[in-house]
Amino acid sequence: MKIMVTVKRVIDYAVKIRVKPDKTGVVTQNVKMSMNPFCEIALEEALRIRESGLASEVVAVSMGPSQCVDTLRTGLAMGADRGIHVEANDSMYPLFVAKILKKLVEIEKPGLLILGKQAIDDDCNQTGQMVAGLLNWPQGTFASKVVLDKEKQVATVDREVDDGIETLCLNLPAVITTDLRLNQPRYATLPNIMKAKSKPIKKFTPKELNVDIKPDLEIVEVTEPPKRKSGVLVSSVDELIEKLKHEANVI
Amino acid sequence: MFKLSSLLFKSKSKSKNALTIIRTFNNLQPCNASTHANSRVPISRNFCTAPERDSIEYDVVIVGAGPAGLSAAIRLKQLCRENDTDLSVCVLEKGSEVGAHILSGNVFEPRALDELLPQWKQQEAPISTPVSSDKFWFLTKNRAISLPSPFDNKGNYVISLSQLVRWMGAKAEELGVEIYPGFAASEILYDSDNKVIGIGTNDMGISKDGSKKETFQRGVEVKGQITLLSEGCRGSLSEQIMKKYNLREKGGAEHQTYALGIKEVWEIDEEKHQPGAVLHTLGWPLDHKTYGGSFLYHMKDRQISLGLVVALNYQNPFMNPYEEFQKFKHHPAIKPFLEGGTVIQYGARTLNEGGFQSVPYPVFPGGAIVGCSAGFLNVPKIKGTHTAMKSGMLAAEAAFGVFNEGLDMNTYWDALRNSWIWEELYKSRNYRPAFKYGLIPGLALSGLEHYILKGRHPITLKHGKPDHEATNAAELHSPIHYPKPDGVFSFDVPTSLHRYKVAWLNF
Repeated sequence: MKIMVTVKRVIDYAVKIRVKPDKTGVVTQNVKMSMNPFCEIALEEALRIRESGLASEVVAVSMGPSQCVDTLRTGLAMGADRGIHVEANDSMYPLFVAKILKKLVEIEKPGLLILGKQAIDDDCNQTGQMVAGLLNWPQGTFASKVVLDKEKQVATVDREVDDGIETLCLNLPAVITTDLRLNQPRYATLPNIMKAKSKPIKKFTPKELNVDIKPDLEIVEVTEPPKRKSGVLVSSVDELIEKLKHEANVI
Repeated sequence: MFKLSSLLFKSKSKSKNALTIIRTFNNLQPCNASTHANSRVPISRNFCTAPERDSIEYDVVIVGAGPAGLSAAIRLKQLCRENDTDLSVCVLEKGSEVGAHILSGNVFEPRALDELLPQWKQQEAPISTPVSSDKFWFLTKNRAISLPSPFDNKGNYVISLSQLVRWMGAKAEELGVEIYPGFAASEILYDSDNKVIGIGTNDMGISKDGSKKETFQRGVEVKGQITLLSEGCRGSLSEQIMKKYNLREKGGAEHQTYALGIKEVWEIDEEKHQPGAVLHTLGWPLDHKTYGGSFLYHMKDRQISLGLVVALNYQNPFMNPYEEFQKFKHHPAIKPFLEGGTVIQYGARTLNEGGFQSVPYPVFPGGAIVGCSAGFLNVPKIKGTHTAMKSGMLAAEAAFGVFNEGLDMNTYWDALRNSWIWEELYKSRNYRPAFKYGLIPGLALSGLEHYILKGRHPITLKHGKPDHEATNAAELHSPIHYPKPDGVFSFDVPTSLHRYKVAWLNF
C-alpha cells in the first residue's frame, strides 16, 4: 500500500511574525521557513506505518514556489521514498490544494492520505476535510492514535475532540489528519540528508493537472491584534457594572 | 574479536547524567564506568559498547559556514575548476541554516570579496548600502563631542553579515560544496599518529537528564584528509586543538584577548533614517579604565544596527556590559534615533582583540584554523570580516597545494605572513595594547600611531593581563546602580533573550 503525505513550507514556528508596512500580509523575506510541524507529524506516522510493514512506499507532496523542494528534501531525508512538487507561485488556498490532491490521488492511487490537521501560517484546518469530501473517502481528523489492520483494510483512529477522545474505524482508502500528540517526529540524520539528494522529485503544475487555482478569496487587510491593555482596579461593584455596561459593552 | 549488541543501563544513582557512554571494546570486558565527575558511585557494567557511528569521507571538511569557512570552500572549488580536477568539500554548520548564527555590526570592506567573487555586484550580493557618512563622538553623560573620525570607510558598505553569508552559502552550493546546517561538530577525530582525521557530530535527541529520547540519533563521523576549523571567535574545537598542539607557543603568540559585542536591530522613523550613516562613540557609559565603544549603522529599509562593544578585561566586577548597553540607548544624542522605532532583534557575540600579538600558529597535523578562531580582526578598524575571508582563501590555496602538488599545509602560514592580512595586523598592532595604560594615554598613543608612526617602528606593545585575571576583587569597587528597563528603549534580559530566540536573519 502506498501512503501519500502532504508537507507545507511555512514560516518557522519560532519566528516572531511582523505585519508588512503595507498591511497586505506578513513579512516573509529573509525569514526562516520550515516544514509545518503538523506535516512533520503526518510524515512521521507514515514512516512508522511503512516500517511496521503495513505500507510499501511513502510519497511526500508539496505545493508552492520552487523553494518547496527544500521542504521535500527534508521529508526525503526523514525517510520518504519519493517527492512530488506542484509548482505554483500564487497563494495556495485549501480548496485548490484539495482539488490538486484529488488529481494526484487519481494518479498515484495511495491507500492512505495523511495530512497535518492545519498549517501554522493560515490555521485553516480545511484541506484534509475538503479532499476527503472531494474523493468521497472516510476521514479521521485530529488523530492522536492510528492503528492499521491490513487484512480488514481498516484504520482505527483516535480523535481528539472537545469532550475527549472519539474512536472511529475507517475503511481504507481514507484521509487522516494529524494532531500534536500523535507522535514525535524523528531527526533527519546527516547520512539520510545526503541520501535524500538522489531520491526523485516529480514536478507538476496545476495546469497539467487541469485544476484552476484562480483565487476566489481576496485578502483585504492584515493587521496585528490589538495590544493587550493592562487591567484596571475598580473601587466598587457599581463601578464594575458601569464599566461592563458602557466600556466593555457586555451587559 | 566479536561485536556486541549495544546495551545501555540507566544509573541507579540519581546523578544528573543517567546515561554513561563507554568506549567500544572489541572483546568481552567488564567496564567500570563513571566517566563523569558527578557520579559518586563507580558502577560496574558488563558488555557495554557505545553504538557505532556512521562514517562519511570527504577530501576537505570545513567546520563553520561563516565568512572564513565559506570563502575557503568557494576558493577550493574555484581552484578545482581552474585545474580541471575535483575535490569533495563538506561544510558543517551548527546553526539551523547558513547565516543563523552570524552576528556582526557590520561595516564591510569588500577587499577579500573582490578577490574571491569579483562579480559580486552583478551576482546580486546583498551589499547595496555604501557608507554615506562617518561620525565619531566622545560621549559624556549628557553631551556628545564630535571628534575627527579615525576611520576611512570610503568604498565600504553597511551590510547585514548574516545575509551576506547566506548568499555566499548559495554561491558555494552552486560550485558543488555540500553544506549541512543543523549539525554541530562536537569532537575531533584523531588517528593513531595523533593526526586530525575529521570531526564527529553531536548525538541528537538526548533529554535533560542525559537519557535517550525516542528520537535519539547517534552523531556521525565526518572524515577529511584536511580539516579546516572556521568556528569564529573562541571556537570550541579550535581551542582544544590550540591547546593540544601548543599552537600559541609555536607561533610565539601571546594570549588572546576578547570583547563582548551586544547588538540590537531597530526599525526607525523614515525621517531619522540615513542609509549608510556610520557612527562610533567612545566614553560614556564606560569608564576610563574600560576599553570599548558603541556603534550605530544605518542599513536599508529603515533599519539600524546599534550596539556596545566592551573589552572583557574590565576591572570592576560589578560592571554589567548588557546593562551598560541599555543605559547607552538613553543618551540624549542616541535616544532620538530610537524614538518612534521598534526593536526587531537582539543578540551578542564575543570578538577577538588580540590582533597581531595573539595569532597562533594556525596549522596542525591534518588541518588548519581560519578566521576568527585564529583571530585576524583588525581592532582599530573594527573589522574582521575581510581578513577572515582572506585567511579562508589562503588556507584553501594551501590545501589545494596539498592535494595537487603534494605540498604541506604549512604553506598557509607562509602565505598568511606574506599577505595583506599580516600587513594590516602589523600596522595596527599597538592600538589596543596602548589602552592598558588607560583611556587618555591610549587615545594619545592611538593618535600618534594613526597620524605619525603608522606602525613603522620596531616596538610591539604587549597585552596586559589575560582578561580573566584582570577582574579586581569586589571590595575594591562599588556596586553600580543600573536603572530599571523602561520597556521602550531599554529591556530586561528575559525580553532580549526571547527576541534572540527568533531566527531572523538581520544580523
